[in-house]
Amino acid sequence: MSLLQVNNLKKYYATQKAVDDISFSIEPGTIFGLLGPNGAGKTTLLRMITGIFYPDEGQILFDGKKFDPEKDVVHIGYMPEERGLYKKMKIGEQALYLARLKGLGKEEALEKIKQWFVKFEMQSWWNKKVEDLSKGMGQKLQFVTTVLHEPKLIILDEPFSGLDPVNSNLIKEEIYQLAKRGCTIIFSTHRMEQVEEICDQIILVNKGQKILDGTVNGVKQQYKDNLFHIGLQQVPASIQSNYFEVVKQEADGLEVKIREGATTNQVLQHFIQEGVGVTEFHEILPTLNDIFIKVVGNTPLARQFEAVQ
Amino acid sequence: MNKIWLIIKREYLTRVRNKTFILSTFLTPLLFAGIIAIVVFITVKNSDKEKIAVIDNSGVFKLPRDSAKSVVFILNTDASVEDFDKKGYTGILFGPNSGSNKTDSFQLYARKNFGVMTEAAIHDKISKEIENDLLKKRFNIVSATVDSIKKESTDIKFGKTNIIGEDDKLAKGNSSTAYAIGYAASFLIYITLFIYGSMVMRGVMEEKTNRIAEVVVSSVKPFQLMMGKIIGIGAVGLTQFLMWIILVTVLSSLIGLVVTPEVLQQVNEVNKGVPMAQMNAPSNDFAIALAKVGGELTAANIWLIVGCFLFYFLFGYLFYAALFAAVGSAVNEDPQDAQSLMFPITMPIVLAIVIMINAITHPESALATWSSIVPFFSPIVMMARIPFGVPGTVPYWQLALSMLSLIGGFLFTTWLSAKIYRTAILMYGKKVTWKEMWKWAFRKS
Repeated sequence: MSLLQVNNLKKYYATQKAVDDISFSIEPGTIFGLLGPNGAGKTTLLRMITGIFYPDEGQILFDGKKFDPEKDVVHIGYMPEERGLYKKMKIGEQALYLARLKGLGKEEALEKIKQWFVKFEMQSWWNKKVEDLSKGMGQKLQFVTTVLHEPKLIILDEPFSGLDPVNSNLIKEEIYQLAKRGCTIIFSTHRMEQVEEICDQIILVNKGQKILDGTVNGVKQQYKDNLFHIGLQQVPASIQSNYFEVVKQEADGLEVKIREGATTNQVLQHFIQEGVGVTEFHEILPTLNDIFIKVVGNTPLARQFEAVQ
Repeated sequence: MNKIWLIIKREYLTRVRNKTFILSTFLTPLLFAGIIAIVVFITVKNSDKEKIAVIDNSGVFKLPRDSAKSVVFILNTDASVEDFDKKGYTGILFGPNSGSNKTDSFQLYARKNFGVMTEAAIHDKISKEIENDLLKKRFNIVSATVDSIKKESTDIKFGKTNIIGEDDKLAKGNSSTAYAIGYAASFLIYITLFIYGSMVMRGVMEEKTNRIAEVVVSSVKPFQLMMGKIIGIGAVGLTQFLMWIILVTVLSSLIGLVVTPEVLQQVNEVNKGVPMAQMNAPSNDFAIALAKVGGELTAANIWLIVGCFLFYFLFGYLFYAALFAAVGSAVNEDPQDAQSLMFPITMPIVLAIVIMINAITHPESALATWSSIVPFFSPIVMMARIPFGVPGTVPYWQLALSMLSLIGGFLFTTWLSAKIYRTAILMYGKKVTWKEMWKWAFRKS
């Protein structure tokens, strides 16, 4: 059973269809990437899932039941893109306050905060104020407050922005750990290399509509161009074959595109017959970045306003 | 309910533990007492004593009988226009056709301009002397008799106005005390509406610009966040008030030991003639009221006034705080937006003070009556009327109607603001106009 199922969700503003008929479902324990260019409707979609906005149409099923913001927010942790903390409040008190707003008791919250603070080496921060923290430190605190109440669904909007590689890895590790323990994570970002590394499943949203849905590998397979890299001991001067064409010549190999109907073995056979030593042979799959640009690239950079009936 | 309580507690504690709050709570009454003390000190001890030489051949001017006043007249000296200042006078006054004055009028010479008060005192003195002189000439009354007539007429024994209440008991009314208390109470409400109202607005703006609002509304409803803030800051206001009441009572009883109410009254009357001193009038009135309260109001009246004050403070605050919260939620970082959006809210508060100043002199006029029922003005205007007597000046039905309409108004503004707030708190980047806020408030959801 899916942890979260979204059916035909719609949210129209006066001048834009922010979310226009989007459906998807997420299995428990998945790290789910929500991708899309600026203004695609990601934030609106996430706000509906966190219960901040009500959808105009469509429905959200949370854990098999109709999503009830009042009850279910306890099981959701949301870290918005723009970080928000009270600047003048002490860090320990702030974590406690946000945890208790999520419904944790005082003792329970204190205990969990201490555990997380030890894990992230933040014990000495307890009496400091947020305004004394660097951006990265604030980020860590925000992450802790998001996952403290052990939500079933964690929504992270650009969680790594402003973090150095060490702290990035720390948080990435935590995300894996949480997923392993059964947490479902929605991960919204424009940073495609992170998505490739972390996510199991992705959807791509543009202009309020879903244009891609699948596993990272599945999507790559779907958008591959049949490109292969062949490492050769020496590159022949001229290559003629019915099975492939050369896309790029390199010092120690070739990049080839296999023609429709041909197989990889036929390509290899060609070189073996020629007597050229093959050192390596692998498929070049498009990066998510390439796919993103390919799919979204032909839309105007800024989303145009339109009339919505 | 539990969550709203958490929010209230946070709003309350972070503000009450703030150094500025602690300082302003303890320093304001001291400052207040300090201002009164300085005003009293300046007026009583340090007023300029003007010494005026009088050359008068007509014999209209008599010997000075009131040398304690700020202007002293010395009769028939040998001073002249040329050397009066060298002889220690600040001015020289010639009667008609006296000395170097060949005209039919009084002529005053000085090296500098006298203050408004001094000039008034000189005019006063001249007309009094002429009056005395005429009485003496026309009716042949000696000046001693004129004096005693005057003394008796001003020393009349006129008791307080006896107000016949419904229970046929005579309540002692005192309109000057009522005036002072009404003035002070409505001014306090006016000031606090601004202080705590804008505190709510700044709090909401802070949450919006810090983006904490988005984190919090993913845990609680926007309405809970808004109400938690309003109630929390209201509790801060009440705390500050109770502290002030205690401190002011202690301080004024200390002042009372040193300065009598009569002196304060005198200071206040002197000040009324001078435009700048009007600024201090409310605080002086309040001090006088406090000093007199013990003797002139019955215990029941005090509790009625205190009770009504707390009611109007609290609900007036709630009524306006919701509107301030709505404005705060609509503002983006630019503080100038706040100014222009705040204007329609501050207007009625300022208008209420204007009405109050009129209402306090005519507490039973139609304007006073009706504007003390309209919730936009009632916290300020009604507080100006109540000290004049319930149910004498303010019938019970008016008080009840005013309170009910204020509670109703508070529910309405809160409902309205909540609708604006929940949309505006998550809107960034764009300047929100009143038209849009109107649309959010009244759209169907």
